[in-house]
Amino acid sequence: MATLLVLLLVLPAAGLVALYAAPAGQAARIGALVGVLVFLLSLVLLPLFDYDRAGQLQGQLDRSWVPAFDLRFHLGIDGISLPLLLLTTLLTALCLLYAVRTTTRDESGRTFTALVLLLEIGMVGTFVSLDLLLFFLFFEIVLLPMYGLIHHWGTGERRRAANKFILYTLLGSALMLLGFLLIHAKTGTFDMVELGRLHGAGMTASVQGAAFLLVGLGFAVKTPMWPLHTWLPDAHTSAPTVGSVLLAGVLLKMGTYGFIRIGAGMLPQGAHQYAFALGAFGTVGIVYGAFACMAQVRRGGDLKRLIAYSSVGHMGFVLLGIATLTRVGIDGALFASVAHGLITGLLFFLAGGFKERLGTTDLYTLGRGLYERARRYGALVAFAAMASLGLPGLAGFWGELYALVGAARPAAGLTSAGFHVLMAAAGVGMVLTATYLLLVVRRLCMGAAAGPNGGSRYEPLRDLTPRELISWTPLAGLTLVAGLWPAVILALADPAVHQLLGGAR
Amino acid sequence: VNFFALLTIALPALGCAITLLGARDARHVRFWSVAPVAAALLSSLVVQVAHGTGGTSTSVTELAPAGQFTIWLGTRVTGLSALVGILVTAVALCVQVFSLTYMRHEKRYPTYAALISLFTAAMLLVVYSADLVVLLVGWEIMGACSYFLIGHYWERADARSGSIKAFLVTKAGDVPFLFGIAALGVRAGSFRIDDVLHSVAVSGLSYAPFIAVLLLCGVVGKSAQFPLHTWLPDAMAGPTPISALIHAATMVAAGVYVVALLYPVFLLAPGVLTAMAVIAAVTMTGSAIAAFAQTDIKKVLAYSTVSQLAYMLGGLAVGGRSAAVFHLITHGAFKALLFLAAGVIIHRVGSNELSAMGGLRHRMPIVYRTMTVGLAALVGVPLLSGWFSKEAVLGAAYDARGQLAAAGWIVLVSGLATVGLTAAYATRLWLKVFWGPFPDASPDDHRIEAPQTELVPLIVLAVPAALLGFVAFGGGAFGSWIGDSFGNAVPATAGADLRPAGVTSLLAFLLTALGAGLVWNLWRRDPAGDPAAVLGRWRETALYAFYLDDVQDLIVVQPAKMLARAVGFLDTEVVDGYVRGAGIGARGLGGLLRRVQNGNIQLYLTALFAGVIVIAAAMIIFVGHSAGQVR
Repeated sequence: MATLLVLLLVLPAAGLVALYAAPAGQAARIGALVGVLVFLLSLVLLPLFDYDRAGQLQGQLDRSWVPAFDLRFHLGIDGISLPLLLLTTLLTALCLLYAVRTTTRDESGRTFTALVLLLEIGMVGTFVSLDLLLFFLFFEIVLLPMYGLIHHWGTGERRRAANKFILYTLLGSALMLLGFLLIHAKTGTFDMVELGRLHGAGMTASVQGAAFLLVGLGFAVKTPMWPLHTWLPDAHTSAPTVGSVLLAGVLLKMGTYGFIRIGAGMLPQGAHQYAFALGAFGTVGIVYGAFACMAQVRRGGDLKRLIAYSSVGHMGFVLLGIATLTRVGIDGALFASVAHGLITGLLFFLAGGFKERLGTTDLYTLGRGLYERARRYGALVAFAAMASLGLPGLAGFWGELYALVGAARPAAGLTSAGFHVLMAAAGVGMVLTATYLLLVVRRLCMGAAAGPNGGSRYEPLRDLTPRELISWTPLAGLTLVAGLWPAVILALADPAVHQLLGGAR
Repeated sequence: VNFFALLTIALPALGCAITLLGARDARHVRFWSVAPVAAALLSSLVVQVAHGTGGTSTSVTELAPAGQFTIWLGTRVTGLSALVGILVTAVALCVQVFSLTYMRHEKRYPTYAALISLFTAAMLLVVYSADLVVLLVGWEIMGACSYFLIGHYWERADARSGSIKAFLVTKAGDVPFLFGIAALGVRAGSFRIDDVLHSVAVSGLSYAPFIAVLLLCGVVGKSAQFPLHTWLPDAMAGPTPISALIHAATMVAAGVYVVALLYPVFLLAPGVLTAMAVIAAVTMTGSAIAAFAQTDIKKVLAYSTVSQLAYMLGGLAVGGRSAAVFHLITHGAFKALLFLAAGVIIHRVGSNELSAMGGLRHRMPIVYRTMTVGLAALVGVPLLSGWFSKEAVLGAAYDARGQLAAAGWIVLVSGLATVGLTAAYATRLWLKVFWGPFPDASPDDHRIEAPQTELVPLIVLAVPAALLGFVAFGGGAFGSWIGDSFGNAVPATAGADLRPAGVTSLLAFLLTALGAGLVWNLWRRDPAGDPAAVLGRWRETALYAFYLDDVQDLIVVQPAKMLARAVGFLDTEVVDGYVRGAGIGARGLGGLLRRVQNGNIQLYLTALFAGVIVIAAAMIIFVGHSAGQVR
């Protein structure tokens, strides 16, 4: 299995080389091929993974890399990282497939594909690395291609958005690195397996608190946690479709993964000190994000910006789940992370489809009556909206449920009453979330498309194309599967979370 | 038993999927929308027969492992769920058959039929589920199906707003309901209904009133009780068969069903039961008055549904669980009948308005006869089903003692008043639709009876609407049939006696005669007029249901809109502003931002990135070194 993990990193790298060896016109196809291959390869992990030991880190490879920095090339996966890893390879493959037709057949297209592959290396690496420094390295690798994607292939105020994105995340990363160094200073190791086993031993509560604050700020920017979220709407509004999908689908999860693995797993006392604040900020994000979304349902409101704000709300649930520091809460956070990747990925694809067809994502210029103008497209929009508002039976529900159950009885020592208040606020947020999504569906899908004299009042719209079906139906299908049978993710995650929390509760 | 229960849920779900797959072929759609539901009806009958009056049988498998809070997929069959399961599948089948011709010319019939099948499956999931969270799944899927079906005519503004309103108002109840279930699960240590009830029985329940209130919120939303009832009248924008299925016999019944299911939790909180009685009292009288003033036939029935559901909740509030469930079953039969009949009338007349109807008894004799049975059952004409079940509820209220005595009085008084009001609005409806002169708009005088597929369900439903009540003569038989609230079997001798008796029956009969007589008298004087005119200047108030929509708009919708605008402003101008502001304030970051504006940023960022790495490296060497020394 260790070989496989290395291959998952090497294959995109090999793809990069192939990209520049082949003519530029072939770039998009090579990219798609590599993306699919990496995904298939990651699927091979499923039969190899030992489900009875889902809580253990498996397939470990541990080599010293730069001894001077105490940097080790240490890889491995457990039930927490495996679902996120598969989500990453799936979304990247779908993005690359989707991009085959939109990518230009010139040097620019080649660079675009190359950036996506580079992004994949960083994302995969983040989820499989078991050395804090290596983790940091991959975490940082991700920034550059995403910056490039927004900066060169974006629309609107793309430069400003890209700069904001990178400034925010780089500053966050700097703090995170300081946190890692502090951990190293006190424990003498960057080894995440060892740190997880120590579960905070060797660090006093105040050291853990300081380390959690530093590390947490880095992750909070990435997640993003209110009020550090303002880079996200701009970045999403400007980013090209593929960028938005990967940004929302995977990049945000790197933040929550960090919170879970490093925050809750290695700095338990630090996490404990800041848990309520984390939950409170997350909950504010839920309500605040929902209101911000409602504000977008107006003339001149932007669909992509709306979806971005909805991410702030959904990640708020993830943060709330983590903040409870309970097994069920973190299970929920992980589930919600994966679900959000699927659902918001789908939503951004749909928004991208609008952009491609009508050249805009302005909610009011898109026109109404999508159910009539493009039946399947409209149905898929409604489906994605239902999933996003957390309809039980679809993936969005279980994460929210478990986060709330966690908040109903947070970990020992946390303020129960406080978390109940957060719970109530999150409940209000759920209703508001349903509100804006239904308003969007009403605005886009419902309403008469025909004008008074029989003609269509709005521009005609092409229904789903085969290419879109190929890259979008897996997301819709998995949303349904994960919603109907949540055990597909939880059976993996639950034992690992149990292990992560030191086997307690 | 559990296999067949699972089959009953799975069949309509399968039907939904298959209907959608071949949506272009009308015959395919017709077959796959009716056959699975018919099979589900048979299967639910098997469940009932196999279960008999046994206690509870449960069978589960792990759905979502999460430590202590593992969620289980499986079925739990009790007498109560077996019986309600039959009601659901029977009404659903009638509606699907009815829709065969009723919706024939609709181009969106396939989606419609598939959603009804999905809806049926979701309701059955609520009924048979062994786990509270899975119950919640069905509960909310119903809400979503209802949303889509109300919004069926999405070209129309009233359907659009009605659908959203239905979803959001019920969701506002569902969220506390979810909290209630979460709290119940946390307290009991499991989400399995058996475990929860067992834990309640053995060790009581801490915070029981709190949990009961949370659950009640969901019930109030789903069963359209004051103050969350406002969605149901607006939901009439959907096709009429939908109203029969969802807004009469099943979805709104789910709320009542859940109270009956988790009844021990509510019994631990008598205060909450009293609150429930107050809600029921306000709802039943208020909506009966509103029903009297409505001009739209479907809205009359909608408010009537709200009012009748309040009877059921009232029955539960006074400890009359069997009585409430009895009324749930009879109401399901006669209200489905009434809605379907109203659908036929609306199609033939071409309008929802009562003013466009009149004198239809000769032109639609079968509809006339069946609807008369339905209305008579609704009013509580002696020996029809509604009479028995309503008497059972009133009897339970009369017999309420101890902690429930206050609730008993509240329900008894409002219940008796509503009996009179019900007689009044039902008589008005009956007279306006079937008697009196034809309106000028429809001069042709032939029979305009509906096709057979629409009439057969009417006749089929008329039978239980008329006869179901005789179950009450079994005394405790019905109570024994549905079992007790813990899911244990009850011997027939120990079941609650549902036979109508005593002073309540007499009073109710007198009030019925009074209500119907008054309206009859008004109508006799002016057959073309509207008896609702007797309300005078209060008529407007009743027509708009006491302006509760406006109140809701004022205290919920407008503030939410304002907050949204405020946040929209806040985010761009303030929260983002502090970033820019901080940049201007601090020179270093200010310089950075100027470079951002210059667009000459790449170099700088590269430098920053490299800088971070170099600092990191330096610190690692330094720190790592010193750490090594310490070791």
